[in-house]
Amino acid sequence: MSVLIYIDHSDGQVKKSSMEALSYGVKIAEQIGAVAEGVLLGDVSTDLPSLGNFGIKKVYHIQNSLLQIFDAQSYTKVIAQVAQQTSAKIIIFSNNSAGKSLAPKVAVRMNAGYVSGAIALPETSNGFNVRKNVFSGKAFANVEVKTEIKVIALNVNAFSVSEGTGNAEVVSLNIDVEAPKVKVIGTNKTKGTVSLTEAETVVSAGRGLKGPENWKIIEDLASTLGAALACSRPVADAHWRPHNEHVGQTGIAIAPNLYIAIGISGAIQHLAGVNRSKVIVVINKDPEAPFFKAADYGIVGDAFEVVPKLTQAVKKVKGIA
Amino acid sequence: MKILVCISKTPDTTAKIAFTDNNTKFAETGVQWIINPYDEWYALVRAIELKEADPSITIHLINVGNADSDPIIRKALALGGDEAIRVNTQPADSYSTAFQIAEFARQEGYDLIFTGKETIDYNGGAVGAMLSEMLDLPYVGLATSFLLNGKTATITREIEGGEETVEVPLPVVVSCQKGVAEARIPNMRGIMAARTKPLKVVEPKQTETQTVFSGFNLPPAKAGVKLVSSENVEELVRLLHEEARVI
Repeated sequence: MSVLIYIDHSDGQVKKSSMEALSYGVKIAEQIGAVAEGVLLGDVSTDLPSLGNFGIKKVYHIQNSLLQIFDAQSYTKVIAQVAQQTSAKIIIFSNNSAGKSLAPKVAVRMNAGYVSGAIALPETSNGFNVRKNVFSGKAFANVEVKTEIKVIALNVNAFSVSEGTGNAEVVSLNIDVEAPKVKVIGTNKTKGTVSLTEAETVVSAGRGLKGPENWKIIEDLASTLGAALACSRPVADAHWRPHNEHVGQTGIAIAPNLYIAIGISGAIQHLAGVNRSKVIVVINKDPEAPFFKAADYGIVGDAFEVVPKLTQAVKKVKGIA
Repeated sequence: MKILVCISKTPDTTAKIAFTDNNTKFAETGVQWIINPYDEWYALVRAIELKEADPSITIHLINVGNADSDPIIRKALALGGDEAIRVNTQPADSYSTAFQIAEFARQEGYDLIFTGKETIDYNGGAVGAMLSEMLDLPYVGLATSFLLNGKTATITREIEGGEETVEVPLPVVVSCQKGVAEARIPNMRGIMAARTKPLKVVEPKQTETQTVFSGFNLPPAKAGVKLVSSENVEELVRLLHEEARVI
């Protein structure tokens, strides 16, 4: 019996969200007395045996030039074959963009019950119950999985990475790989910056900034904090910022450790995308802004005065000024 | 060309979230129901735009739900679409929803199936992907733009840290999010026309229960905001560093 963890990678690197999934899967394996193993498709520059540091004993490494393109249909068939050959009972994905496409398909193929957006280890004393976010972060649900095989997609930033020392055996399996039907004709990656869904700190700004030309102070604060940039819906709709920075009910939902909202009033639709943040800081000149009710810390003041001072103060604490 | 758009009924974005029956059921009293925003604003509107460009396209809408869904289905028909199908059962989870849609779609043979990227209530985000697996079709998730060129679609999708544009032959299942289309409001002509458009009710097929939502709870209330003077920004940084430990 094994717990199989899908190890996602991009730009040749194993992502932090996959390290979280590995740490989560290893803990589940300990809990139910199973072995934890990983599966990785395609080529990476990461040293695969070192993935044993997260506690997995084996990495099934499936290499085939057909896997250079991410096609959910062909990837699913590969992962399902690995799960069958290794008798996996629980299959773990990160609930990141790749996991959202793969995990439900693998679940169907394996006739497994599926829980997306898990935020805690399963409760196994009475059945198999997984806690997840529902109502866009406004509530939690317990989901009981009734099937013998289970697939879980773990929310990004919901489980801490735990790393020790270990060596994973790298194993290749005899797997049929289908030609992908999807053909990639272009990519547009925001290079050099932190990915928004994975970021531990996010600096976000809204209409209070008055115009796209004023974003320099926001970018300075974000780069000082090593944070990803985000924005509110009106800002994205007005094309002040790209829509892939829009967080909220209809944009991207995030759960960083620290969310700093500048000049955003805090409409309920915006809160739905950010209310899973661990600490929320609100800077707004309107003391009546509804966002203050959802915040942990706040400053009532003008962003154009407060933000540069904040950047300086952060530099001082970090010892870079 | 036949397009199927999957429509879910969800509580309004501003609905009060509470639970009854010993925290096992969502409290529906007084809740306003809407078409799941991702299904409406992006999936349905994009399908309507495609039909406007090529009137030979037929659009079917499908919902898995009981008669309570009819008002939101009529609203969807008022935006556009030729006819609607409701599979008459309250689905237990994403799997049962996808299963019922797949059973229907298999007989019809659609060229294109659109879903929203997730519903705003249970946040499963799984129906589109599951459906594609049940129908053994390619799947492109988290689309931010969708173009049709004959028998091929050009789709931009979200990937970690950016976007990627792919080409895929039809038939395909696509989950839509912001960027695919802009929200619309139904006009009077659409509302009148929707009254006479067919809404076909089909009975569900038998399926197993894979997962059960066994209980709900609300997050603990926030302790309240700690306000720091705008003259003392260093104090905020100190709190974030020493108390919250996030810097």
